[in-house]
Amino acid sequence: MNNEIYLIIVFVMAMMLGYELIKKIPPTLHTPLMSGTNAISGIVIIGSILVITSSSSLLINILGFASLLLSSINVFGGFIVTDRMLEMFKKPKNQGKK
Amino acid sequence: MDSIYIIFYFISSILFILGIKMLSSPATARRGNFISFLGMIIAVTTTLLIVNYNLRSIIFIASGIFSGGIIGLIFAKKVQMTSMPQMVAIFNGLGGLASSLIAFSEIIKSDTTISLNIISVSILISILIGSVTFSGSITGFLKLQSIITGKPILIPLRNYLNFILLISIIALMITSFFFVEYTFLFYILISSCLLLGILIVLPIGGADMPVVIALLNSYSGIVAAFTGFIFGNIALIISGSLIGASGLILTRIMTKAMNRSLANVVLGGFGATTETSNQEVSDKTYKSGSSDDVASILEYSEKIIIVPGYGLAVAQAQHSIKELLDILVKQGKNVIFAIHPVAGRMPGHMNVLLAESNIDYELLLDLDQVNEKFSQTDVSIIIGANDVVNPAAKLDESSPIYGMPILDVEKSKSIVVIKRSMNPGFAGLDNDIFYNEKTIMFFGDAKNSIDSLTKSFKELN
Repeated sequence: MNNEIYLIIVFVMAMMLGYELIKKIPPTLHTPLMSGTNAISGIVIIGSILVITSSSSLLINILGFASLLLSSINVFGGFIVTDRMLEMFKKPKNQGKK
Repeated sequence: MDSIYIIFYFISSILFILGIKMLSSPATARRGNFISFLGMIIAVTTTLLIVNYNLRSIIFIASGIFSGGIIGLIFAKKVQMTSMPQMVAIFNGLGGLASSLIAFSEIIKSDTTISLNIISVSILISILIGSVTFSGSITGFLKLQSIITGKPILIPLRNYLNFILLISIIALMITSFFFVEYTFLFYILISSCLLLGILIVLPIGGADMPVVIALLNSYSGIVAAFTGFIFGNIALIISGSLIGASGLILTRIMTKAMNRSLANVVLGGFGATTETSNQEVSDKTYKSGSSDDVASILEYSEKIIIVPGYGLAVAQAQHSIKELLDILVKQGKNVIFAIHPVAGRMPGHMNVLLAESNIDYELLLDLDQVNEKFSQTDVSIIIGANDVVNPAAKLDESSPIYGMPILDVEKSKSIVVIKRSMNPGFAGLDNDIFYNEKTIMFFGDAKNSIDSLTKSFKELN
């Protein structure tokens, strides 16, 4: 199968799957959802690594490094802050005892 | 690419999908986040196994991930929950910039010719969306942080200006196919895209920020998917489209909650159109009461609904409200919270703020769940909210918020409004609730008012 068409099919299917999945997320978790998707958007870290290793030009290495730095901030910052928020959503056990 | 690597990228995509699916319940959400993190580790490790290194690239990669990780960690640990909208705005922007930089380096690499194929189109689209996302998000952040005014900044003829800019950008993109050797064309292209992002967000008022953040969140995903097209990488395409879909759904939820179209938000000027309508601040009469008055109302109430608005977050009153909640529950009162979708500054923001002060998330009901309950409620306590309970949204066709779904507080037997003064709220609108004969106004800063209310209530018991 033609590679480009295959990628476009993946794109469209993933969009539709995303729509179905995210529709079911309750409003209570919408903020963690957004910070969590911030973290996942750090996946462009893959692209940064591919850029750095694909060329010996210093300029391209530096551009790749900048992109890698930014997406690492997204990955670590996003996952950690989402975890911090979701930890608060556990059921309080001593409700009303204070 | 070896098919074995494709399988690993596929596994990491499955983990992202599972992780997002587990966000559908607070009980599994935290584990879901961890599973997404595993997906990320697999994707990155796989990439590190494919590529060829030299000393420089090893140093660049290791130091980039390390320093980025430290910066991210500091951000994530230091940020206050009230500032989550700013953090998400910045992170959207970083994602956009990272993708633009990747696309730009791909252009520099292919300095001879670009042929018209999916890769070159994706590179140009990545530059467009990535730059707009970056400059738009930074502008949004500056507004949220009140470094520049949260009010709409209206440039004359801005919609024509933006339109002309967009046309020029498209023309530049097409031209760049034929003149790849002229790198300066790309600098002009990038600058125009950055300018467009700023011009789009500047005229948008503070109350509309949730929509903008959700939309830019979606862009940051879509641009990641286009980066995936550049490299033919399915992990990027799948995770990017998931985020794109997520942002689009949240954008729709927010525009629906404000009864406005996306075009209406983006074309801007919401705050500006309403300035005329707050002039008729009336000679209508209202009752005001002390904390003792309000405490005795609570004493005789069984069913209580608390309606928090952004005023509560501004006053950092989340912990005070938890204290009040505990003492009310101890006296056998039935207390729930009514959360309007736009109660905070981003989707679900108020829920996070209340969860932070240890309030059980099951007490937080959204618009649809709670509206039928007001008629059986003894007292509704409105704290720092205005537009989301304004009956003008139902009755007054000339009101700028007409058609916006609201919380039906007027159906409860009595109403307490905690508010700093009679000044109108964010949209600059007067509210008939304040003059309702069932309403008692309790003036003061949200935190101090709730604390004194808790004290008065304790004295009664």
